[in-house]
Amino acid sequence: MREIEVRRITEKVKELCIEANTDLGEDVLQAFDRAIEKEESPLAIEILKELKENARIAKEERVPICQDTGVAVIFLEVGQEVHFVGGDLKEALFEGVRRGYREGYLRKSMCHPFSRANTGDNTPPILHMEIVPGDRVRLIVAPKGGGSENMSRVVMLSPSDGMEGIKRYVVQRVKESGSNPCPPTIIGMGIGGNFEQAAILAKKSLLRPLGSRNPDPDLDRLESEILEEINRLGIGPQGLGGRTTSLAVHILMMPCHIASLPLAVNIQCHAHRHKEVIL
Amino acid sequence: MPESIRLKTPLRDEDVERLRIGDRVLINGILYTGRDAAHKRLFDLIQGGKDLPFDIRGQIIYYVGPSPAPPGKVFGSAGPTTSYRMDVYSPALIEKGLKGMIGKGMRSDLVKEAMKKYKAVYFAATGGAGALLAKRIKRAEIVAYEDLGPEAIRRLEVEDFPVIVINDIYGNDLYIEGEKKYKRP
Repeated sequence: MREIEVRRITEKVKELCIEANTDLGEDVLQAFDRAIEKEESPLAIEILKELKENARIAKEERVPICQDTGVAVIFLEVGQEVHFVGGDLKEALFEGVRRGYREGYLRKSMCHPFSRANTGDNTPPILHMEIVPGDRVRLIVAPKGGGSENMSRVVMLSPSDGMEGIKRYVVQRVKESGSNPCPPTIIGMGIGGNFEQAAILAKKSLLRPLGSRNPDPDLDRLESEILEEINRLGIGPQGLGGRTTSLAVHILMMPCHIASLPLAVNIQCHAHRHKEVIL
Repeated sequence: MPESIRLKTPLRDEDVERLRIGDRVLINGILYTGRDAAHKRLFDLIQGGKDLPFDIRGQIIYYVGPSPAPPGKVFGSAGPTTSYRMDVYSPALIEKGLKGMIGKGMRSDLVKEAMKKYKAVYFAATGGAGALLAKRIKRAEIVAYEDLGPEAIRRLEVEDFPVIVINDIYGNDLYIEGEKKYKRP
């Protein structure tokens, strides 16, 4: 057994909340550069350059890339040899979010669904915990903004819809979302599993670095085909017209029930924020 | 890229009449912030025949819920939020004299009709460029609904705040035209 103090978890969650919100990943910046090279619309090129400049200011001045510093989504992979000591793990995660959002001057966006009263400290975070082999802990914080999340969907397709049906649905979803989710977007897709698993797969697929290939050659091809179709739509950066509607399509897939074809489409804005640490 | 147009608030009919979709505009003067919850309150006041907490005539509302201002800064990160959620409230505000709105994303037909009828325009600021846009905000004060936190109505003094005209008073829509221009079969 390896013991880990939960206050270390609090400290790391706090740091990751701030880092994720102020320091855009190098993979995203490189994806902007590739888009600038391919883009045909002068206005779209201006917008992409603005996004690069925005990321530079955010990093330099330690201010949020986007004012919507999001729901704090936390993925925690816990090695089965790990024993957490010194308190309640869940509370430690919550406390990390509280401190990160307070000390980092991040916006608190969580509220009561009906009264809309703000919880005041951006809790609760959304927690995805998994037990894995080993004695290490992988902690990922992925703040997710409301604008792009609102455009996301889970749908239970019919098995007869097949790959073509999936493609049609995703492209249509991106088309209907238009400028709302802050394009250029990243499209996370979860195929299979069941209703809730598809959504988690879609969310997880977003964590793969931009520009990397899907290890499954069939899915890799499907990602390219869908991306190409999306970028023929013409929506472009911020919906003002252009070639770059999405930067990437990512897919995670698993088996599903013989009666079902679950599909989740999680749309991610260009402020594609996630940071991780291994303890 | 063509030169940007400099506009000073409050906006008059002549100001909005010359704007066309795709125009890049630098706003100088005052912006009022307001998003979901503040819009509902303003709308309820209008419905109840009561006065609004600020004179809305000729003004621009910026759909933004900023992040908190860190020490030594005027304002936190401040990019636009998605506008369609304000669509149910906007026509009533436009009728009361609101001349401009800044947000991101497409507006409803009812909002577009109100913009044509009462001569108002809809601008987009770059969504997700909150750090960059905050630098153009020189002063900020809360004018109403402090209890709403990031959703309170604030009066911002801005210099060369960069926006693009999405809907002009002639019924044109840059989102529709832009997509058409770059769409491929």
